[in-house]
Amino acid sequence: MDERLVDSSDRVVSLTETPDMVAHDQPGSRTETNGAPQERTLETRDLRVYYGDFLAIRDVDLDFLSRKITAIIGPSGCGKTTLLRSLNRMNELVPIARTEGHVMFQGQDIYAEHVDPVEVRRRIGMVFQKPNPFPKSIYENIAWGARIHGYKGELDALVEESLKRAALWEEVKDKLDQSGYSLSGGQQQRLCIARAIAVRPEVILMDEPCSALDPVATFRIEELMRELASIYTIVIVTHNMQQAARVSDFTAMMMLGEDKAGEMIEYDETNTIFTRPADPRTEDYVTGRFG
Amino acid sequence: MNEINPFEGNTRRRRRQGIAWRFVFQASTIVGIIVLTALLYNVINESFGLAALELEIDPASLAVDGVALEELSQEQLAQIFQANVSAGLYRRYATEKPFTERTREEVYDLVQERVIRPQLVKTWTLFETLFERDAIEAELAEKYPGARLQFFSWLNPEFVQRPQSSDPLRAGVRTAILGSLWVIAITVIFAFPIATGAAIYLEEYAPETRLTRLIQTNINSLAGVPSIIYGILGLAIFVRFMQPITSGAVFGLVDDPTTANGRTIIAAGLTLGLLIMPIIIINAQEAIKAVPNSLRNASYGLGATQWETIWSHVLPNSIAGILTGTILAVSRAVGETAPLVVIGASTFITFDPDGPFSKFTTLPIQIFQWTSRPQAEFRNIAAAAIIALLLLLLALNAAAVLLRNRYSHRY
Ligand SMILES: Nc1ncnc2c1ncn2[C@@H]1O[C@H](COP(=O)(O)OP(=O)(O)OP(=O)(O)O)[C@@H](O)[C@H]1O
Ligand SMILES: [Mg+2]
Repeated sequence: MDERLVDSSDRVVSLTETPDMVAHDQPGSRTETNGAPQERTLETRDLRVYYGDFLAIRDVDLDFLSRKITAIIGPSGCGKTTLLRSLNRMNELVPIARTEGHVMFQGQDIYAEHVDPVEVRRRIGMVFQKPNPFPKSIYENIAWGARIHGYKGELDALVEESLKRAALWEEVKDKLDQSGYSLSGGQQQRLCIARAIAVRPEVILMDEPCSALDPVATFRIEELMRELASIYTIVIVTHNMQQAARVSDFTAMMMLGEDKAGEMIEYDETNTIFTRPADPRTEDYVTGRFG
Repeated sequence: MNEINPFEGNTRRRRRQGIAWRFVFQASTIVGIIVLTALLYNVINESFGLAALELEIDPASLAVDGVALEELSQEQLAQIFQANVSAGLYRRYATEKPFTERTREEVYDLVQERVIRPQLVKTWTLFETLFERDAIEAELAEKYPGARLQFFSWLNPEFVQRPQSSDPLRAGVRTAILGSLWVIAITVIFAFPIATGAAIYLEEYAPETRLTRLIQTNINSLAGVPSIIYGILGLAIFVRFMQPITSGAVFGLVDDPTTANGRTIIAAGLTLGLLIMPIIIINAQEAIKAVPNSLRNASYGLGATQWETIWSHVLPNSIAGILTGTILAVSRAVGETAPLVVIGASTFITFDPDGPFSKFTTLPIQIFQWTSRPQAEFRNIAAAAIIALLLLLLALNAAAVLLRNRYSHRY
């Protein structure tokens, strides 16, 4: 078990599978509700993150199920980004950040001592709020990650496959040598998604990936997420309730506690959260009555 | 308009205020331009102009069978030389290098130097040349009846190619330019890698501790230390303490280590390297800071290591700034005089530097030395050397602009 994060050959998901366009299957296969065991890719246990002395999120226990889209919603400043970044140890890059508790990835704690954060981040990829392509060519944006990880296959094929998967290939196939910045905002964000999937992660974390995009681009990325969900586990932070409802299978609701620390107050199937939430605060928030 | 307007109508006053400030800023710019013009005028005024030359022998009298001196063959020139100098002097030159082996140009130069022997008796500035021509000619007729008037561009291709000489007519700046280039090369080779490395460490690796802040503060203050203090430091470390190394003695490169005594190009280069290192560090740090964090995040998010992130993203996106900062620091080093005087640059050498362990002089030292001479002619060649130095600096700045344009990225 211990070697899993260090040895990348132990692949759970193979990208050679063709992504079949899955219809939004009704969530209902959750462990607790259905009894049928569902594979959990990521689990957090008593996860706390501090910035200096400030407790940003408290005791988060969340299960992210394999090949499902989990949305994290909640008011601004409640720690959604913090939670997301602690799932692939990106928070460590903030010097004052400190993480306690556990994040289990396929049964192994990514915060365990011998685990290499570099390997964690390859297997748990990330797409950021603001599109951030490298100031390099479109081709190089995608090939670079594969190259540093010692990709042995045909790079051209990988670039094409990743761009196709990110629904960008048709738009850029004739200008792969142009700068990633020559693309529109929505195209840039899809380039970032293509870049993330090119290193064949198992989980993709997305922090408000559509917040800078127009409705058309947003729609394309949502479509893309549904497609990717057939092979990847996806976690998305969003402020857009419709988006969470449209795209996700499960939804976690976060809220600021009394002492300004973020807490996870409810977690359920997206359907349930939006129709019969257990917590009145959730209901206020998803219906827009929250102050 | 019945309702009461709570705002007083003050736009006119505010506009007037704005115009006043605009004038202040315009005036500052104009002062700057005036100063710059005065500087250039001063230098150019001295670099060109008429000069009175007294000749020992009129070259026309040396013509052979109606053929002017310039047209004569090597043998004829050698004969003229022999006929017009003392036998002792001729023997000296002949033993130095037999006349049959000398080229025509060499012999012609010898005739000029030893037979015709032009002497500068008076020089005039460009302004005087252009506007007071009558006064110049009157003075010439009165004081120097035998002298001839000639227009000089003190800055000319030969001036840049000739070595140093005690005769202003024959002095050039080649020795000094080569010395400057050698010293700068050592400076860059020494300071650039160390300073860039330090900047990368401080920006990308160093933890935010009190020690780091202390080091940072120190670097910032070192950038402001007067250059003469670096000269004293260089004298103590590179010239005195490390003399066996800086004189090249330990490498067996110098037969007679007492000639340079550690006052060598390498000692000067290292001293100037110390001087500009903090400046390069600070400039490089700024360039690295300007790389947006989103780029680093993107790289780490893909599973890149810190070194891969630095090498593939931070450095390519900051190299333009690092290089520009380095070149600007080097421009400063090119013009430094005080520390080199302290560590003992030679004020008079006529041979080209041939490596890091030779004695040297640099352009600013040469200018300093010429301006402190009493003879007026040296002011003219000093002005010409200043133009040469300014051109060198201009070239460096142009290189900085080109590099910035070549490598700049948008994010
Ligand atoms: N780098 C940091 N240093 C210090 N405090 C931070 C840092 N990043 C976040 N915080 C604090 O942690 C808390 C949670 O921030 P976080 O960015 O996770 O919120 P969020 O839910 O993503 O908000 P938003 O919806 O506005 O993006 C906030 O109080 C914020 O001030
Ligand atoms: Mg956020």
